[in-house]
Amino acid sequence: MEFLHAVIVLSNFVIIPAITYGSQLALGALGVTLVYGILRFSNFAHGDTMAFGTMVAILFTWWFQSIGVSIAPLPTALLALPIAIVLTALLLLGTDRVVLRFYRKQKSAPVILLIVSLGIMFVYNGLVRFIIGVGDQRFSDGSRFIISARDFKKLTGLDEGLAIKTTQVITVITAVMVVALLFWFLNRTRTGKSMRAFSDNEDLALLSGINPERVVLYTWLIVAALATIAGTLYGLDKSFKPFVYFQLLLPIFAAAIVGGLGNPLGAIAGGFLIAFSEVFITYAWKKVLTYTLPEQFAPSGLMQLLATEYKFAVSFAILLVVLLFKPTGLFKGKSL
Amino acid sequence: MSEPYLIGESMTGGYGNGPDILHDCTVSVEPGEIAVIVGPNGAGKSTAMKAIFGMLSLGEGKVKLDGEDISKLTPQDRVLKGMGFVPQNQNIFTSMTVQENLEMGAFIRTDDFSVTMEQVFNLFPVLLEKRNQSAGELSGGQRQQVAVGRALMTKPSVLMLDEPTAGVSPIVMDELFDRIIDVAKSGISILMVEQNARQALEIAHKGFVLVQGRNAFSGSGKDLLADKEVRKSFLGG
Repeated sequence: MEFLHAVIVLSNFVIIPAITYGSQLALGALGVTLVYGILRFSNFAHGDTMAFGTMVAILFTWWFQSIGVSIAPLPTALLALPIAIVLTALLLLGTDRVVLRFYRKQKSAPVILLIVSLGIMFVYNGLVRFIIGVGDQRFSDGSRFIISARDFKKLTGLDEGLAIKTTQVITVITAVMVVALLFWFLNRTRTGKSMRAFSDNEDLALLSGINPERVVLYTWLIVAALATIAGTLYGLDKSFKPFVYFQLLLPIFAAAIVGGLGNPLGAIAGGFLIAFSEVFITYAWKKVLTYTLPEQFAPSGLMQLLATEYKFAVSFAILLVVLLFKPTGLFKGKSL
Repeated sequence: MSEPYLIGESMTGGYGNGPDILHDCTVSVEPGEIAVIVGPNGAGKSTAMKAIFGMLSLGEGKVKLDGEDISKLTPQDRVLKGMGFVPQNQNIFTSMTVQENLEMGAFIRTDDFSVTMEQVFNLFPVLLEKRNQSAGELSGGQRQQVAVGRALMTKPSVLMLDEPTAGVSPIVMDELFDRIIDVAKSGISILMVEQNARQALEIAHKGFVLVQGRNAFSGSGKDLLADKEVRKSFLGG
């Protein structure tokens, strides 16, 4: 019984949240890794691309709510998602046309493109704050729980509750579908294969008649979709605040680098690794330990390794260790 | 005698704004024949090949394919005209399977290319065996076969090989040369740069010896092999 309680507490506060957060990071890291692999630069604007996509989704959610459109029990934001993806894609393609294409034609070094992406980041940053403001926005509607802690207790007669939020389930299901679709596209379609070929060996891809501008176009379309979906899922699960999305850049980059930049599979593994580490280290283990350890060893403190305010230190530490000992990432990726 | 099928005529030029590497250099090949460019290190062999493929700008001279002046075309456009090029290094997609490498070779084709892929597999049976293996895991000789196979997928009329036997063992080299002869017999012109001058000249219909970017000797492979001067200077006696 004690052990079962420990498992339930662990699932409720660590495993389920980490899986959800990991899915969101994985989707974000996939976008970063695709840009790195195909366009060959670290895109620091990715966090704010996610913020922009989420903002558009929120605006359309509000509009749908005001005219009474709803897909309850699912959140209305899912309905707004396709529109948000299209508008984000237009923003990214516009940016590429006006800014990035110039540097691509010059064959600028990746570090120059990195700085350029920093500039784009600031512009997106301002754009989002200008339109929706800096405050916290909650836009999740529909039913809140698949099963609430109280229902769970009543149902099982246990002392500990296990709550599963609708947004958590939606996040995981959407992430699985998006990843499956992405891998099918990259591995089975002619266009997807041409993107992999371009990423693998640009000169040979050109010799084979692969049009680089088309590859760039498809990359931005996919990145727009990934960023908007990742951002909206994160916002649904927690809340939307532009600054938080800017901060997400760190765990997302950590995930992409840990997995191996340019390697989509690595980005997913990296996302979950970062998410689990972050939640494990910032979780207060007191309750779980009280249940599992013999009574005389029961901890009196919180048993929290790191306060949640310092959760970014976890990403940093992992990033540091990986860059020191395995710069190409856990999976075979390009080194920085 | 009519004009050769592919000819780089009196080519002079170098990379970017750098000094000229080629000086009035002429290289040509006829349909179904093998032409080999040999010469000492730094003679501009690879450069001559790249010039014909449009990878550097020519100050003077021109490149003609089947009578048409293609000097101004980009390498990609020359692929569309029927030229296949196998670079010396990084000539395969290492992270992709053998079959995907061949598919990418056929990227510009909109028709059904399964027959061509069949032919490539017939030519290089080992590729059929390893079609689902990642190309980066193959041995040096097998990688070269993938590289040549990829270039053949566009059904080129001219195949240009930049040192196809670099870094492979002598046995594999002989086998590669045999395959190259097979390709030529199917009617494709072959223009290649080779370090292994003697073996290459033995299978060549035509040979061009370059020295410091200029034509030093040219003639049939046999003639060059028999030429005292060429033997003494380039073939080690």
